[in-house]
Amino acid sequence: MRIGDHLRGVWVIAYRDLLQFVGEPVRLISSFAMPIVFLIIFGAGFNNVIGPLAQGVDYIKFMYPGIIAMTTLNNSLMSGVSIVWDREFGFLREVLVAPLSRGSIVFGKVVGTAVISIGQSVVMLVLAPFIGVDLTVLLVLKLVPILIIISVAISALGVLIASRMKSQQGFQIVVMVVMMPLTFLSGIFFPVNNVPAWLEVLSKVNPLTYGVDAVRQVFLAAQQLPAGLPANIPGAPASMGVTVFGHNMTVLADTLIVAGLGIILLVLAVVAFSHRD
Amino acid sequence: MNAVESILTPRPEDPRRVNAIEINGLVRQFGQLVAVDGISFNVQKGEIFGFLGPNGAGKTTTINILCTLLMPTGGNATVNGYDVVRDRLQVRKSIGLVFQDPTLDDRLTAEQNLRFHAYAYGVPKAERETHINELLQLVELTDRRRSRVVTFSGGMKRRLEIARGFLHRPSILFLDEPTLGLDPQTRRHIWDYVQSLRHKEDLTIFMTTHYMDEAEFCDRIAIIDHGKIVALDTPSNLKGAVGGDVVSIQTPDQEKAILELKERFSLTPIVQNGNVTFSVPRSDTFLPDFIRGFRSGLNAISVRRPTLDDVFLKLTGHAIREQEAGAWDQVRTMMRMRH
Repeated sequence: MRIGDHLRGVWVIAYRDLLQFVGEPVRLISSFAMPIVFLIIFGAGFNNVIGPLAQGVDYIKFMYPGIIAMTTLNNSLMSGVSIVWDREFGFLREVLVAPLSRGSIVFGKVVGTAVISIGQSVVMLVLAPFIGVDLTVLLVLKLVPILIIISVAISALGVLIASRMKSQQGFQIVVMVVMMPLTFLSGIFFPVNNVPAWLEVLSKVNPLTYGVDAVRQVFLAAQQLPAGLPANIPGAPASMGVTVFGHNMTVLADTLIVAGLGIILLVLAVVAFSHRD
Repeated sequence: MNAVESILTPRPEDPRRVNAIEINGLVRQFGQLVAVDGISFNVQKGEIFGFLGPNGAGKTTTINILCTLLMPTGGNATVNGYDVVRDRLQVRKSIGLVFQDPTLDDRLTAEQNLRFHAYAYGVPKAERETHINELLQLVELTDRRRSRVVTFSGGMKRRLEIARGFLHRPSILFLDEPTLGLDPQTRRHIWDYVQSLRHKEDLTIFMTTHYMDEAEFCDRIAIIDHGKIVALDTPSNLKGAVGGDVVSIQTPDQEKAILELKERFSLTPIVQNGNVTFSVPRSDTFLPDFIRGFRSGLNAISVRRPTLDDVFLKLTGHAIREQEAGAWDQVRTMMRMRH
């Protein structure tokens, strides 16, 4: 099989996902609903109770980068939803009997899903001015590659789970059991350093934590903090960022962890999806 | 019994023709269940080959192996000269498929579905749009090309799938129950499309069907039961092997009648649709004596030429139509309507 055939596979699978997405405005709207609900309700509910987590960083500003990451996480799992859907409604057979390699189908799914979910996360940035978060060009340029890496990893996870799932219900259950705890333990809603030891351990073995931390650090670095304090003064990252064995995680280190996870999940997804009865 | 034995032996194929499909001792097991039990036959290039059998006989399993979706557990098969295990992508490029259950993307339009297929099979850009236009015209869906498939009726979906199956100009078209659950008019239409496609190119068609009138169109028919090929021949030879004429009688006491037919007339009667049915070489000479001499009593009697149903019944011991109206097919038809 020539390289052109593989690329054709990636392109045609991604193309169809995009085509389907554009044709369905309902999905576009519903994908924003949950993050916005979290942002508004948790933000309004906790902002005054909790008070600033560091100078100039109140709870909603702390949570907002996490919500951006969460948008990417949730939408990236659509890769799996769409495979299970196609299996239920028959279209998967059309894909499987086409002269496309299984690997190119997996990559096409991941690419298509990543493009859609990055787009959705970037759209979420329009909320930034309303909650007092400063956006800079540099921030967006740093943010997008990080979101791509997170999205590729989670899309691969979606394909991996879906490769063995026969029904939507089964997939939803796995997502609930696996993704809900991982999401809540990823530092989206609270800093993972000043929490009970068991919670800290669970959060720090959760790879999503590092994705969320990378996104948050990129945001905080761009904020104009009062009294000219940079976000990375001692004390501030200690309360908000992630430390592992006393080391503050850098954006690069965080991103590498997620990238490593992504590569492992991609390989597993290709292997699982290529298995034939 | 000579008749049955003669149809159990497959006729030798014309050696001048090339085989589109070759199957040698193909086996597929699912755990303890042997779904396909060592079948062997060839399908010649350009022929319409019918693959008949009750549900669960191994038809779909065989098709899934031939189209590379399933691995055989024994034996081998080639499609268009390519091995179904080793040269999977070449096999897939050679074949077009219309499955039993719909495999369209409901949320895309008719032409988007076709375009996806053209991209996936690498149909050259120059041919793509002309093929799509031609095929949409052939299956009479040109005016609905920009409608989403979710708005289509079952018959329209089927037509679109047949157009799609042919879009990349395959040399072999697999049709797995292409007309299941459709009304007679749509069934005839779909059959017309298939015929017109076939005459355009040197297309080989491998099809399964429950409808015996459709099976009559086939050049040759293989009958599969319990994973084994029980007969393979042309429809007319198969029918000829059943015997001359099929006689059905209604009688007050079936068991007594069957016993009498066996012992006094040396016939092999079977019960079909509540009637006792048997075949005789010539009904015109047989019937007068029979009616006069039959002691078990006659309420009604009818005579007809044998059909493929009779062939099927004789070979497998059950009627194909009993299977057809099974609960599962009804569920499937309903599902199809819902989609």
